[in-house]
Amino acid sequence: MNFPILSSLILLPSIGALFLFFTRGNKKNNFTIKYVALFTSAVNFFLSIYLWTSFDSSTSDFQFVEERIWIKDFINYKVGVDGISILFILLTTFITPLCIISVNNSIKERLSEFLIAVLIMESFMIGVFCSLDLVIFYLFFEAGLIPMFLIIGIWGGARRVYSAFKFFLYTLLGSVLMLVAIITIYWLNGTTDVVELYNSGIDIKYQNLLWLAFFSSFAVKTPMWPVHTWLPDAHVEAPTAGSVLLAAILLKMAGYGFIRFSLGLFPAASEIFTPLIYTLSVIAIIFTSFIALMQEDMKKLIAYSSVAHMGYVTLGIFTIQQQGIEGSIIQMISHGLVSAALFLCVGVVYDRMHSRLINTYGGIVSIIPKYSILFMLFTLAALGLPGTSGFVGEFLILMGAFKDNFLVAVIASLGVIIGAAYMLWLYKRVVFGKLVNTDLKQMFDLNRSELFILSCLAVPTLFFGFYPDPLINTIEVSISDLIDQYNFKLASQI
Amino acid sequence: MENLQLVLPEIFLSLSIMFLLIFGVFKKNSSRLVQSLSLAVLIVTAVITFNETIGINETKLFNNSIIIDYLSSLMKIITLLAAFLVLIISSNYLKTFKIFKIEYPILILSSVLGMMVMINSNDLIVFYMGLELQSLALYVLATFNRDQIKSSEAGLKYFVLSALSSGLLLYGCSLIYGFTGSTNFDVIASQLNSDVYALTFGIVFVLVGLAFKISAVPFHMWAPDVYEGSPTSVTLFFTMVPKIAALTVFIRFLYVPFLNLIDQWQTILVFLSIASMLFGAIAAIGQTNLKRLVAYSSIGHVGYALAGVAVGTNDGIQSSIIYITIYVLMNLGLFSCLLMLKRDNQYYEKIDDLSGLSKNHPMLAISLLIIVFSLAGIPPLAGFFAKFYVFKAVIEQSMYFLAIVGLLSTVVAAFYYLRLIKIMYFDKEKEKYDTDHGFWLKFSLTTSTLLILIYFIFPGQLIEVVSRINII
Repeated sequence: MNFPILSSLILLPSIGALFLFFTRGNKKNNFTIKYVALFTSAVNFFLSIYLWTSFDSSTSDFQFVEERIWIKDFINYKVGVDGISILFILLTTFITPLCIISVNNSIKERLSEFLIAVLIMESFMIGVFCSLDLVIFYLFFEAGLIPMFLIIGIWGGARRVYSAFKFFLYTLLGSVLMLVAIITIYWLNGTTDVVELYNSGIDIKYQNLLWLAFFSSFAVKTPMWPVHTWLPDAHVEAPTAGSVLLAAILLKMAGYGFIRFSLGLFPAASEIFTPLIYTLSVIAIIFTSFIALMQEDMKKLIAYSSVAHMGYVTLGIFTIQQQGIEGSIIQMISHGLVSAALFLCVGVVYDRMHSRLINTYGGIVSIIPKYSILFMLFTLAALGLPGTSGFVGEFLILMGAFKDNFLVAVIASLGVIIGAAYMLWLYKRVVFGKLVNTDLKQMFDLNRSELFILSCLAVPTLFFGFYPDPLINTIEVSISDLIDQYNFKLASQI
Repeated sequence: MENLQLVLPEIFLSLSIMFLLIFGVFKKNSSRLVQSLSLAVLIVTAVITFNETIGINETKLFNNSIIIDYLSSLMKIITLLAAFLVLIISSNYLKTFKIFKIEYPILILSSVLGMMVMINSNDLIVFYMGLELQSLALYVLATFNRDQIKSSEAGLKYFVLSALSSGLLLYGCSLIYGFTGSTNFDVIASQLNSDVYALTFGIVFVLVGLAFKISAVPFHMWAPDVYEGSPTSVTLFFTMVPKIAALTVFIRFLYVPFLNLIDQWQTILVFLSIASMLFGAIAAIGQTNLKRLVAYSSIGHVGYALAGVAVGTNDGIQSSIIYITIYVLMNLGLFSCLLMLKRDNQYYEKIDDLSGLSKNHPMLAISLLIIVFSLAGIPPLAGFFAKFYVFKAVIEQSMYFLAIVGLLSTVVAAFYYLRLIKIMYFDKEKEKYDTDHGFWLKFSLTTSTLLILIYFIFPGQLIEVVSRINII
């Protein structure tokens, strides 16, 4: 396997962005620009499908590994995938083209700059999921702030400046401590290569502090209660495509980081801090669900529901059970699809009515039936109805949690009920009821591109709901090995 | 007979200065010619420095009062190149204010000569001589736009405060001389007796003087006023070139004679570093003038460079030099942008004047975006690597407090850098600026932006260059 497929995945969107940079955007060639961007991201998607088909899921070793000297005697550029990361790469390459298709409804000005930002973002996100060196990981992890800051700030809503600043500073503040931790690890072990660190382990004396430093970064990014407050602001103000990227992929970086680094590198510390994670997760699930219940802004409601869903994810990861972690990954993938779809659904009605407030709507089922059907599907997926991918994830997480801690699992299960309440209530108030606002009558149903995007998201949501095997097969071995390693290190105190 | 070849760059530079001065006085309207000749002189000096001294082993000349080694050669070349770039991009600005005179390049050359002497110095007297030569030239440069009251004020302020700090520095030198019996760094090192507290006082006074020159908190008060009042091209010179020389002297002074007293001066340096990083970040938030903002940001950056010096290892020194090099590059780009904010023969230097730049001048805005994010230290831009190396050196010595405070102050600093981006990209556009900038201005902006942007592809080169610096 000589073709550097992962580097190509990382570079290709950037090359597309470079191309866009040199073709100046104006009204006439907006069409070309969009197709160039779409073409680039579509090629990337097929490349990642190829990656998945040639991926060997019977081993937990890193595959497609590329290693080059980057800074001599210090850092090597090293990328590779295992069962845990490959699904996130697929998610990224799948969501980005959909984002690009969705822009013709929502982005009116500076289209080429927007697409450049999205494509560069894609490069960075793929980089995060396949880097096998802590410094490279940090580089990609942080670099993503720049395009996202611009996406929120330039194309966002009324309070976009505040939200963009909050997003940037919160995440930066979380991450600088991770940088300290990474350098400390280099100082302790003489390497930042993840595979070598897996093998050698990290001195148990330092694990707690290092774990906390990584936690500070991931907790902000996840986001976990109580540092979640940037998320609703960022989501509400970001343009639709920005919200989709943020919810579908950016939030997953932290979940991925927890599995890859917190569990993989610091087992002893993870064991100690599990109660902390449990507490914060349970608070996130219950507390933000209640907050979501009271929202009047649709985007804000979905943003809070994201916090709650990520609460399940962190809960599942730290059960350290096969089902729990599998469930977390599937929940992340599912949340990537479903929350992306929900934000797009909000975007659809927002483009028509320019309001995100729930009480603007009501009774639109008879006006835009196609939309209502798809919106219902995603609502149900978000609350975890059996037959949708949301159910598989939540069910596995709760199963894992019951094995580990009965009380936590019971409380978390209660969250499912509140989750159902706010999602169904949202749907009821927007779609059903009496048609009070007569302006709504002028709304037209989904156009072709919207229908295409939402169907693209609906198919995997349903497919993996009924038949999650392809996902589970991919991650199974990697996770069981991770857990074995974890328990082994814990037992031998390294 | 001393080997004069090794000081050929200095000899050549001083002869050229004298020649240019006489030539400029006797030939009327020769400012353009003098400018070109000065540029040539800087390049030739850099080439001589590179050819004659870069490869040689450590050599001491003139009763050990001058040292030629890799560190001094490297820093001299960086200084010369930085001065070259400053000179080449400042001509448009000077012409606008009708101060394009022969004195400008000559003063810059003289201050560069002073810096080269400083960098070479292995003796307190030689060091002081170089320092005064560069300072005197800088005072005049600060007042160069003499018809503007702000410029004169800047020069006077700089002169008075700088003279005070020179006095302190000399007092420190005399204390050191009094307790060791010599001004030579090597002799001081051998006579060192850590029980003599007066010697520590001497170090403190010298450090105060140096901290003043490099504008580290709490000796930074002059910087914002002087930076704001001086002509922009001179401000560019202030923010870049003297800091290279002063940093070298910092390294040389602390690591050659006083390495054994590291416990004494390390705390001082850590304090200077932390105070500069924090104060630079916090004070910049409230600024409305771009040059003042740059002044505070440069105070902050000096803090990071000093953090590397405070470590007390070769790694630390190297990281500090990498930091200052990348900082010079970023500042060059930043000021190239500032020098482009010109409309109807007037330069704009308020932060609000950047408003909506991305609509009117997309290329200028994207360059400034890259430079500003790099200054803020966001990966994958060059500024991140600069900070990364410094903190790597700091953490390797387990100085976690310094590292964490430093990194947290980058978050604070990010706020005001983001504000620049916000004004450029999120705010309403204003009138357009001129676009007919000279070739060299565009050249320096493009080059510095591209270097900052693609630095992450070859981060090893710069490390390799500095890795030969071994002081300890």
